[in-house]
Amino acid sequence: MHRTVFKSRWLPYVLVAPQMAVTVLFFFWPALKSLQLSLYRVSPFGDKSTFTGLDNFTKLLSDPAYYASVVNSVLFSGSVTVLAVLAALVLAGLATQKIRGLAIYRTLLLWPYGIAPAVAGIIFLFIFHPSYGILPYFLSFVTDYQFNWLLKSWVAMTLVIVATAWTHLGYNIAFYIAGLLAIPTSVIEAADVDGAGPIRRFVSIVFPLVSPITFYLVVLNMVFAFFESFGVIDAVTKGGPGQSTEILVYKLYRDGFIGLNLGSSGAQSVILMAMVITLTVLQFRFAEKKVTYR
Amino acid sequence: MSAVGTTRLEPVQARVQVAATPRQKGFPWSSLLVHALLIACIAVVVFPLYFAFVVSTQDLKQVVQRPPRLLPSTHMWENYAEAWQKSDMGVMLRNSAVMAVTVAVGKIVISMLSAFAVVYFSFRGRMLCFWMIFVTLMLPVPVRLMSTYEVIGTLGWLNTYQGLTVPLMASATATFLFRQFYLTIPNELAEAAQLDGAGPLRFLFQFLLPLSWANIAALFVVLFIFGWNQYLWPLMITNTEAMRTVVIGLEQLIPRSGTDLPTWNLIMAGAMMALLPPVAIIIFMQRWFVKGLVESEK
Amino acid sequence: MSETKTSRRPAVIALLLVAGLLLVPAAPAFAKTEIQFWHAMTGQLNDAVNALVKQFNDSQTEYEVKPLQKGNYAEALTAAIAAYRQRQAPNIVQVFEVGTQTMMLSGAILPVYQLMKEQEIAMDWKDFIAPVVGYYSKDGNLYSMPFNSSTPILFYNKDEFQKAGLDPTKPPQTWKQVEEYSKKLIASGASKCGFSTGWPSWVQIENMHALHDQPFATKHNGFDGLDVELLINREFGVKHMAQLVAWQKENVFSYGGRRGDADPKFLSGECAMYMQSSSLIGGFTKGASFKWATGQLPHYGAPYKRATSIIGGATLWVMKGKPANENRGTARFLKFISDTNQQMWWHVTTGYLAISNSAVKNLEAGYHFKKNPDQYTAFAQLTKGTATPNSQGLRLGNFVQIRDVIEAEMENVFAGKKTAKQGLDDAVAKSNELLKEFAAANKQ
Repeated sequence: MHRTVFKSRWLPYVLVAPQMAVTVLFFFWPALKSLQLSLYRVSPFGDKSTFTGLDNFTKLLSDPAYYASVVNSVLFSGSVTVLAVLAALVLAGLATQKIRGLAIYRTLLLWPYGIAPAVAGIIFLFIFHPSYGILPYFLSFVTDYQFNWLLKSWVAMTLVIVATAWTHLGYNIAFYIAGLLAIPTSVIEAADVDGAGPIRRFVSIVFPLVSPITFYLVVLNMVFAFFESFGVIDAVTKGGPGQSTEILVYKLYRDGFIGLNLGSSGAQSVILMAMVITLTVLQFRFAEKKVTYR
Repeated sequence: MSAVGTTRLEPVQARVQVAATPRQKGFPWSSLLVHALLIACIAVVVFPLYFAFVVSTQDLKQVVQRPPRLLPSTHMWENYAEAWQKSDMGVMLRNSAVMAVTVAVGKIVISMLSAFAVVYFSFRGRMLCFWMIFVTLMLPVPVRLMSTYEVIGTLGWLNTYQGLTVPLMASATATFLFRQFYLTIPNELAEAAQLDGAGPLRFLFQFLLPLSWANIAALFVVLFIFGWNQYLWPLMITNTEAMRTVVIGLEQLIPRSGTDLPTWNLIMAGAMMALLPPVAIIIFMQRWFVKGLVESEK
Repeated sequence: MSETKTSRRPAVIALLLVAGLLLVPAAPAFAKTEIQFWHAMTGQLNDAVNALVKQFNDSQTEYEVKPLQKGNYAEALTAAIAAYRQRQAPNIVQVFEVGTQTMMLSGAILPVYQLMKEQEIAMDWKDFIAPVVGYYSKDGNLYSMPFNSSTPILFYNKDEFQKAGLDPTKPPQTWKQVEEYSKKLIASGASKCGFSTGWPSWVQIENMHALHDQPFATKHNGFDGLDVELLINREFGVKHMAQLVAWQKENVFSYGGRRGDADPKFLSGECAMYMQSSSLIGGFTKGASFKWATGQLPHYGAPYKRATSIIGGATLWVMKGKPANENRGTARFLKFISDTNQQMWWHVTTGYLAISNSAVKNLEAGYHFKKNPDQYTAFAQLTKGTATPNSQGLRLGNFVQIRDVIEAEMENVFAGKKTAKQGLDDAVAKSNELLKEFAAANKQ
């Protein structure tokens, strides 16, 4: 593919310099340091450090708490993704029908995206609160079951999943609306003429056409929920009850920042890095395929 | 009419036209059904926020009252004033604003420049730069948490605006967005500009920039919200009240040490103040946001 | 690269001379030496710290202490560590009691007794209250200055007691009474649950073991060495946990979360009794809408001795490597805050314990405790019991994580996922791992 390029000996370097500088200083250097840290046992004040090789890794990989937090992370991000993407598709589908007031509906659906997951968590914490939350209050009319998230880990997990999915909705809906709007009406009308009802139309035509968007959103939501949801956990459950909401990122923070175990924290960083790399490579592989599919 | 993923230079009007075209001739009851469903869903989605607002207008006794009151009460101004004062909201809002805007603008500028360089120049190390940027996609903050903290410490940037914003600035997503976009711009434009005698910088500012506004607007929304809602990084980097951002400050309003009692009405008032700016930005820039997403969707 | 500036040189010299002359009047003779003091107190406590510091600054002209709020305890500690590694540590940092072992072995601190010796400031170490000082001493020498210490006590709702037909002036003293009273309270509808607790590990495990003269860990609760193991899964620990679980079924006990998350249970009247830090007296005075009073923590009675409870809170540590004149200021500040008058003021203002016997005597003489009997409960619990080796305190490495582990397992037990013995066994196993790691990282 022939591209027109500009000729300059120094300009391109100047242009990439800022990004390169930040990348090296705040990505590569710390990443290498994490790698280095993971091979040592360091005392909190930094005065003693002993080389321990892969010790930190073996400790982690033989610690049931670590596997538990992997499971928690997968469960958490999987549920958030399914909930947020599915609900977004349905809502976007509704919001692109031929009805009046579309703009208002769309605005009302988009805005939760602006809420920080931590803030959403706090609001939901209050709503779910065993002592004075309104949700347990209303549920108590229906059943005697105690929805005490302080004791029951599934309630705590539900709480953080719902709070996080709630904030992602807006972003996903925006993408789906854009995608749905770009579907040529000719395709829809052809299906109409064929006698397909709205649901069949949706399933066999619309859904496949927006599958690239779906794929993109699934990956994005998963990555976001996996890595960036620290705020919700810290603001609401702090990993409890009994470590059932301790996701990988939270464990990393607790061990490194609060427990002052920099070696283990470094090892956890390295493992996380490996996971992200895998995910990103997978995403790019599939994305390339999907693009040619169109 | 074009489907997503092909040429991007379609005039925006065509898209708007698509949006306005009725897509199904339905019976009135089916559109009523849609209305009803939408309203129900929106009610569910909006309820938590509504409830938070209601609580922020109550006083402490009403908060713990059973059955809970679902209509706003009269203590709004006192609560907001007290929350403002107690957690020094003004300072925190300022910090969040500085952080969000700096990160958004900084990221956009840096990424635009490097994407431009990578696409429109051929220079030694071009592919190396490209791959280095690509790799950062795989290094989200938590992965380099403790060591970035140390780097910041070494630079003396702990508890400063620079430390707060710069490490968040160079992520590959924005660069890729711009790169993809530039790749869809026809060659002829660049050729014409060169023939005109325009240098690369003039090309960038006079030709590319005007075409990129939708992208930039959407990116700004996304990045502003990203910056405003950051939690982990500001938590670690700032440790004086003067530098706290609003999201962190809110978490601290929730007393955990047991020496203060939870004043949920104030906490909700704080939450409302914390989420107002980003939500306002979304509502205000909603149109560009959706448009920009269409054009930049990968 | 040299360049001849012969024509400009005289002018430059003249400029420098003038500048120098202008600077002379601003000579350091009037500049105070600054002492950086990092702490983690928020809200009213932050105000109290600032007021205390102001008293010191106003009382002399050589030094100025600058207090800086640095987040919560964990954040303040991490910030201090990071600063220390950049050689920019503060002079004084407030560290929570669970960080004691970390600080002691860090090689980054200057023990308080040594500081005072070097600065030749006489301190009456014997005047300090034994349980408080014991926690932070090694070989009889005080390493950090106690600042805000508290101990858990029992709070109870007098109005609800009355409603249930119980004597509102008599708090329960044994666990049996707690059970009895709770059942009466629930039966009469005065409250929904009998009692709850804050800081589950600190109150129900650490303090209960100490109070009943039971060892929490080997090696004299960690004071005597680093190869330590926990002992909380023995007969007493299991008995108490199992008892709590049994009581949970009848609502005699209701679990409300870690730290102070269960405070609302007491404040809303849901639970009539509550075991929490004595430092909550101030908060409850403001926030409770009912009459309440305090009592000592309940005890099982025979065959267990009644010892004393242990403290919680934080102390002030002095960082190493600071110039001598700053150390002098630090020493004078620490002496100031441990003086009787300041002790009394701090206690009355914040509710934290006064740590010297003279201060307590003065408070007694001034009828302070007669007017505020609740504030005496904590003192009584700490000093009137029989001090034993098991009630001196705990000195464990990685204690922050150990508490987390214990509380997580407690939650598993309360949720019915594990039996008391299982939960405690798991807690001990995990904690011992953490202790081993700490020992390895701090091989001396």
